[in-house]
Amino acid sequence: MAKKNKKLTATQIEYQAFAKKMEPPRPVLKNCIRAFWVGGLICLLGQFIQTFFIHFFHFDEKTAGDPTVAVLIFISVLLTGFGVYDKLGQFGGAGTAVPVTGFANSIASAAIEHKSEGYVLGVGGKMFKLAGSVIVFGVVAAFFIALIKWLFTALGGS
Amino acid sequence: MLKGHQSWVFPSKPTILSTGTIGGPFEAQGKIANDFDILHSDIWLGQDSFEKAEKVMLEEACNRAVEKAQLQKGDINYLITGDLMNQIISSSFAARTIGSPYLGVFGACSTSMEGLALAAQLIDSQSAKYVLTGTCSHNATAEKQYRYPTEYGSQKPPTAQWTVTGAAAAVVAPNGTGPKITSATIGRVVDMGLTDPFNMGAAMAPAAVDTIQSHFRDMRIGPDYYDLIATGDLGKVGHQIATKLLKKHGFSIREEAFTDCGLLIYDDHQEVLSGGSGCACCATVTYGHLLNRLLKGEWNRILVVATGALLSPISFQQNESIPCIAHAVAIERGVNE
Repeated sequence: MAKKNKKLTATQIEYQAFAKKMEPPRPVLKNCIRAFWVGGLICLLGQFIQTFFIHFFHFDEKTAGDPTVAVLIFISVLLTGFGVYDKLGQFGGAGTAVPVTGFANSIASAAIEHKSEGYVLGVGGKMFKLAGSVIVFGVVAAFFIALIKWLFTALGGS
Repeated sequence: MLKGHQSWVFPSKPTILSTGTIGGPFEAQGKIANDFDILHSDIWLGQDSFEKAEKVMLEEACNRAVEKAQLQKGDINYLITGDLMNQIISSSFAARTIGSPYLGVFGACSTSMEGLALAAQLIDSQSAKYVLTGTCSHNATAEKQYRYPTEYGSQKPPTAQWTVTGAAAAVVAPNGTGPKITSATIGRVVDMGLTDPFNMGAAMAPAAVDTIQSHFRDMRIGPDYYDLIATGDLGKVGHQIATKLLKKHGFSIREEAFTDCGLLIYDDHQEVLSGGSGCACCATVTYGHLLNRLLKGEWNRILVVATGALLSPISFQQNESIPCIAHAVAIERGVNE
């Protein structure tokens, strides 16, 4: 920030401080409470679905994970297509963005958005516009974690 | 004719013969729905892409304006339009349909008054008989280009604004019945180093203030000269900042005589955060609502200051600040023929 300020003139710095003061504060507490409830409810729904699969389809706790995630993704994509998820996002904020439903929404919304540019360059090329970086950095992070784990084992850890 | 440093006066007082204003379903629920010529119930307008829908709205606005002036498209000497899309495609594609000699302009959301000022200049210098000028914006195309996919569930801060879905156009002629354009001030780019694209109001307010002050300085008039000064799309945040800045610079405008198009267009129950924005915001409010009230006799002289943020999604990602601009056009009620 200090480095950035060097390029600004005194008037600019003065105005920015003034504009900052005029900015309505972001309702952080309200957003946190909403995110907590909305995110929690999505997870609760996931728990219901998981229990449902264990109870009626004889999955165990571990294997029930996959169909549960699939159902949540399906619901999220459906709500995205019906134009509901973005409204939920404005209300719930991080609560709708963090669970797997948010990830599905980012892919589905981009795919819908770019459909008018064709299936190959539009849908195919741009559906990972937002999710792409999550995948890339997720894989990179996983690689380094695996490397660290291997180093520890190679150095004689158990 | 140049007056002062950056203003034009138009001694022949070019006339706004007619206007055409188009809005979408969200605008139809707004405060000034009655001031639109056509309101659409579907944001697609029956097209297969939002970009095409935006273009169709501009075509409709132009057609409506030409029709209301009882002219033919062939009578239009020049068409001056612009919009927010990359390479101003909505304007150029609409110009392809309209077929008049065409000047494409880009001033982001200040396009409406940039076009009107140029149109008035062409008429005043006797370079044209009829000039058609207009602009358009579409909420979904702007979201797609500048922000996230429309259906993406992101949370916007209270400083964010809602891009107006609509289009508006006006026919300007040397004489006739209608509001008269008396002067215009071309703004310079003002950049206060702000970088938050979700707070355009704060970025644009200094540009609006700069142009307003330049206008009064060049024209050698006082702040009470106009019955109303309307900025383009500063929204709640930007409007408050502009009011305070003007006061700070010793320039007191009566509170009721200073407003913003972004505050006029939507109703309080509509969730638009800080207010309306987009090229069509200033254009539809001015060519519809403001001119209607001017013609009714509520005001005699108004100054419309359209504000634009000249950023691109790429410049923002490369951490560039947001350069802003504002253009002012003074419009008076036509007293006689």
